[in-house]
Amino acid sequence: MSESIRETRSKDTLGFSGEPVIQISGMNKWFGQFHVLRDIDLTVCRGERIVICGPSGSGKSTLIRCINRLEEHQQGTIVVDNIELTDDLKQIDNVRREVGMVFQHFNLFPHLTILENCTLAPIWVRKTPKAEAEEIAMEYLTRVKIPEQADKYPGQLSGGQQQRVAIARSLCMRPKIMLFDEPTSALDPEMIKEVLDVMVDLADTGMTMLVVTHEMGFARQVAHRVIFMDDGQIVEQNEPEPFFNNPQSDRTKFFLSQIL
Amino acid sequence: MIEAMNTHNRPFVRTEHLPQSPPPVSTSGIIGWARENLFSSPLNAVLTIASFYFLYLVIPPFVQWAFIDAAWWGSSNKDCAGYDGACWAVVTARFGQFVYGFYPEAERWRPNLVLILFAINLLPILWDRVPGRTIAALFLVTGFPLVALFFIHGGLGLEVVPTPKWGGFMLNLIMAAVAIIYSLPLGILLALGRRSEFPIISRFCVLFIEFWRGVPLITVLVMASFILPFFMPDGFNFNELLRALVGLTLFSSAYMAEVVRGGLQALPKGQTEAARAIGLTYWQSIRLIIMPQALKITIPAIVNTFIGLFKDTSLVIVIGLFDLLQVAKSSVTDTNWLGLEHETYIFVALVFFVACFAMSLYSLYLERKLDTDHRD
Ligand SMILES: Nc1ncnc2c1ncn2[C@@H]1O[C@H](COP(=O)(O)OP(=O)(O)O)[C@@H](O)[C@H]1O
Ligand SMILES: [Mg+2]
Repeated sequence: MSESIRETRSKDTLGFSGEPVIQISGMNKWFGQFHVLRDIDLTVCRGERIVICGPSGSGKSTLIRCINRLEEHQQGTIVVDNIELTDDLKQIDNVRREVGMVFQHFNLFPHLTILENCTLAPIWVRKTPKAEAEEIAMEYLTRVKIPEQADKYPGQLSGGQQQRVAIARSLCMRPKIMLFDEPTSALDPEMIKEVLDVMVDLADTGMTMLVVTHEMGFARQVAHRVIFMDDGQIVEQNEPEPFFNNPQSDRTKFFLSQIL
Repeated sequence: MIEAMNTHNRPFVRTEHLPQSPPPVSTSGIIGWARENLFSSPLNAVLTIASFYFLYLVIPPFVQWAFIDAAWWGSSNKDCAGYDGACWAVVTARFGQFVYGFYPEAERWRPNLVLILFAINLLPILWDRVPGRTIAALFLVTGFPLVALFFIHGGLGLEVVPTPKWGGFMLNLIMAAVAIIYSLPLGILLALGRRSEFPIISRFCVLFIEFWRGVPLITVLVMASFILPFFMPDGFNFNELLRALVGLTLFSSAYMAEVVRGGLQALPKGQTEAARAIGLTYWQSIRLIIMPQALKITIPAIVNTFIGLFKDTSLVIVIGLFDLLQVAKSSVTDTNWLGLEHETYIFVALVFFVACFAMSLYSLYLERKLDTDHRD
């Protein structure tokens, strides 16, 4: 699998060619007085997979949370799937339907069964008939390899299982873009692989993915581009091989020396 | 492993699996229970014996008084003259008034019917085996009060029974039911409003909540009853009971709001974020994700507020409404029934206790049923 990716990738340089689905330009964000994101320019093409890394507090989560407007930016523009993010609530809801998000702490709904977690949004947001929504949910639960847990509650599952359900829950909306915010950081070591495997499978389907993670093996295997953030800025971005083997900035070098 | 090496001085590897064994007999069964709970230490043993002795001193005489030696029927306290025990005749003879106040006897089928309709309306809300919870809840706050008003008050062909004739426990039930079914939704809105990102809304809700929490209920009732009409334009004077109902509802909605807010605050932020990220609108996320969880963890506190509210309905005695407690008060001063305070107030207490205890039991049942957090 990684062979074929590398081939298509080698044709273009950094610019993964395709139709852009996320365009961020001149974006700035503050939390009160604190300038958390500074002059972010980022274009993501359909089918592109990007890994974002950087020290804790560098603004990685805030950046991807701006893409589905869980955080508001104050300057610059963000266009997702041809919709510009403004105060227009209707448009924000439209964007959120097309953008799935997986959180560090899963955030499954504990009062609903696994199946209900997965069918809720299709039924209420997409107005899918219940039977059809359940069919779709079972299809994705099978893809993340836990169809047999459908009738349990989240509290009865292990962390790795919960995170796989969270991925399935997002996929049930058939999103165009998937955001992952440190999906394996809250997991016990023996569960990390099962979640990464599901994410690799997802990459194989051609999903557009933005993944905040420090799993560098994953980055090498599936990413088209790795972005290094520090202090609210994009410091360096490159294809995985040159990024890891030949980092340019001192801050990147220092960061890589600490985590590798 | 390391410990094993220290003690045995060689590596230790367990080769066979130890099966589960039952606990020792002394910790199970009645004897085990008594030993653990009643006689676990010398002090506990002494306390247990003292308590049993106390119960022995109190209970048999009470049973003797309340049941064995009691007079059950009669038309005045003279009929109880031959009995050493309680004179329950005061309760049985005036039972109708305790329950309905001055509501005309021939029309009492009407509140009875409303009570049955109320129970039917509540069924889908309280018991999930009956379908139609949402519709039933909506009807409870919209259509049902009109139906109840029509039957209890009359009009449109039914004989009109004006509100001053409503009384007894029926009045307590009406006030509690109205205040409960309106204060919960109002409280939820106030709690959401208080957390709103729009400053005007949140300020207003804070002000509203703090105002009603800062004023004693008796003051609210007195204000609604005596002071409010003072400021009303002449001839514009709405019903006394309605004023008390509005006061009671707004008062308890402020408490409800704070209870619900506690539940909202206990939820992790990730729940809202996940709900929004998946595409649910604000109100969908409130209805499907946030409220079911917030209400679940606040059930004990909500029922607690309901129980308090139920008991507080007897405070309308200060504005002269003829509720159960007022009926009791007037009957102990009735020359036919002088000297029967014990029986009368024990009965009133028992009625309130049964109603409130039933609510408590329901809340326990609900908590157990909704408990999905634990691992199986
Ligand atoms: N809601 C918030 N209010 C104020 N400061 C915040 C908030 N969220 C994050 N921050 C701050 O913004 C910075 C970036 O946070 P975050 O994007 O979570 O970093 P990362 O995900 O890279 O660890 C941190 O210094 C953090 O303390
Ligand atoms: Mg983060």
